[in-house]
Amino acid sequence: MASKKTLYEKIWEQHAIHEESGKPSVIYIDLQLVHEVTSPQAFEGLRLAGRKVRRPDLTFATMDHNVPTQDRFNITDPISKQQIETLEQNCRDFGVKCFDLNSADQGVVHVMGPELGLTHPGKTIVCGDSHTSTHGAFGALAFGIGTSEVEHVLATQCLQQGKSKTMEVRINGKLKPGLTAKDIILGVIAQYGTDFATGYVIEYTGEAIRNLSMEERMTVCNMSIEAGARAGLIAPDETTFSYLKGREYCPQGEAWDKAVARWKELRTDEGAEYDTVVEFDADSLVPQVTWGTSPGMGTDITAVVPTPSEFPTENQRKAAEKALEYMDLKPGTKMSDIKIDRVFIGSCTNGRIEDLRAAAAVAKGYKVAEGVQAMVVPGSGRVKIQAEKEGLDQIFVEAGFEWRDAGCSMCLAMNPDFLLPGERCASTSNRNFEGRQGRDGRTHLVSPAMAAAAAVRGKFTDVRDWEFKQDAVTV
Amino acid sequence: MQMEAFVQHTGKVAPVDRVNVDTDAIIPKQFLKRIERTGFGQFLFYEWRFSQNGDVNPNFSLNQERYQGSSVLISRANFGCGSSREHAPWAILDYGFKVVIAPSFADIFYNNCFKNGILPIKLSEEQVEELFQRTEKHEGYELSVDLEAKKLTDAHGLDISFDLDEHRRQFLLQGLDDIGLTLKLGDQITAYEQQHQARLAHQA
Ligand code: SF4
Repeated sequence: MASKKTLYEKIWEQHAIHEESGKPSVIYIDLQLVHEVTSPQAFEGLRLAGRKVRRPDLTFATMDHNVPTQDRFNITDPISKQQIETLEQNCRDFGVKCFDLNSADQGVVHVMGPELGLTHPGKTIVCGDSHTSTHGAFGALAFGIGTSEVEHVLATQCLQQGKSKTMEVRINGKLKPGLTAKDIILGVIAQYGTDFATGYVIEYTGEAIRNLSMEERMTVCNMSIEAGARAGLIAPDETTFSYLKGREYCPQGEAWDKAVARWKELRTDEGAEYDTVVEFDADSLVPQVTWGTSPGMGTDITAVVPTPSEFPTENQRKAAEKALEYMDLKPGTKMSDIKIDRVFIGSCTNGRIEDLRAAAAVAKGYKVAEGVQAMVVPGSGRVKIQAEKEGLDQIFVEAGFEWRDAGCSMCLAMNPDFLLPGERCASTSNRNFEGRQGRDGRTHLVSPAMAAAAAVRGKFTDVRDWEFKQDAVTV
Repeated sequence: MQMEAFVQHTGKVAPVDRVNVDTDAIIPKQFLKRIERTGFGQFLFYEWRFSQNGDVNPNFSLNQERYQGSSVLISRANFGCGSSREHAPWAILDYGFKVVIAPSFADIFYNNCFKNGILPIKLSEEQVEELFQRTEKHEGYELSVDLEAKKLTDAHGLDISFDLDEHRRQFLLQGLDDIGLTLKLGDQITAYEQQHQARLAHQA
């Protein structure tokens, strides 16, 4: 039967408003999120062309990339300051709601949107930011766009898009204690590479995915872009609905029931075919640590730094050599012998409350190793408030972590938080590119629990062997 | 934005011999703070071109005398991976490149190129390798791109056809304003919005 469809195809069909053969489709965009770095030129473009924002009510802004995480109103870099002020001005001029630095809801745009309940199953969501894929965890078709397209959506609430191919990434089995959503996605990318999903929209399925909380699903979808995918999706279920229920921008009462009924249809039909299927085994997963300068250069905490000559292709060998040189690592070194200088816990990948709880559970009763500087940056104002309510900030501070204000911070180091040349960092963020966290800084991607353990030991440590002190923090 | 049309181009070739050239390498984030579209070329590949103290790195290809004034960039697989920053193609264009050739490109980067009148060309690994060798061998090596014929040629007998989505080709050939095109669908957009009003209505 031709009517069997994947989740992606269903959302696509509900939003394609104009299709012509040989041309990209025009699809309607239900929600655009805007931040300060990729929007100024878009608003300027509107001004120059005398155009308005078509649906300011479907457009929401915040500033996150540039904001300092200490003394946040004192932005010393004049260009950062100008960028933030430009966003405020643009939002005023075009009637767009902005969760600015005075708002308790301000935060990393992909933490904030779901928290406010702006992200719904079945929506099309764009933002001038590649990690927009995060919102796919709710079964929304969400992807990053460039600034020209930001302008396009502001002006028309539509986007010209070619249809992507579909890929099922099926995560079989169950996660063992100490393993997290971050290990799943790092493991998938280490196994299949950083461009295996280029041209595809991924749908994550399988037992391990179903068992994840909403926040964990966001961690998985967040890094879809690191696999090259246009977007990552997870079909909505009760976990999704109970997360959303009662949030500000969610429908209420009868409208809620109707919405849930509609959302329940958003699943891939039995027997529908994906263009490609790949599988991954969660049962045998071991905590992951990256060793190189691309998110795919990762391995098990129990493994050693690989030997470049053992890679199958010439390009891979060259890339691994360059990476190890940059990372100052020797082949054969045990991952658990690599010493670190800095720890960053935060970002739209792992800056949510459950991430902070997991890190705090490890840190509780311990001290950050001598010579290590560790910081915790909540993903949003709300995460910060919640963490303080639960006393997580106290646990971190007592252990010697710095407790900061919300923002992107050292995920990309555009604000005053960055690595010094040669410093090595255990980071819960999503990219370990050269210079990502500061020029000549060395980034190793890990889960929040692994980052906290590394902070305490001063080197990477298998969190499965961790001796938790006192009761782990309870929810 | 109305763009300049792209029909043909002949220019000197410069190599960046790496796989996975990411957008953080193309333009490091400390240079993303400008609020204009122009002026990013000086920061292209900044951390590869310049050392920590600002000295020119003589080993990086773009700093070598023979590649000065290049307008065709060749590189390896997964070029432009990473962030969605359009600052990356802005920097490439502002530096003087009109064409980027690689075996594969990251999705968003590829898309962003067209919006700025840059032609990204996908060739096979072997073809790209051939271009690297020719660039190395012939000082001042030039390539000619004919977008009408979808062909790449040089002065040494090279003749390669490349593939490109027809719509994207027309888009470059005509320098179209795609926002203008979508705005012409105003009635359809309005009809869609009316039909989906309940769903689109936000609370609060
Ligand atoms: S936290 Fe990092 S990845 Fe997420 S939006 Fe900010 S800079 Fe981008």
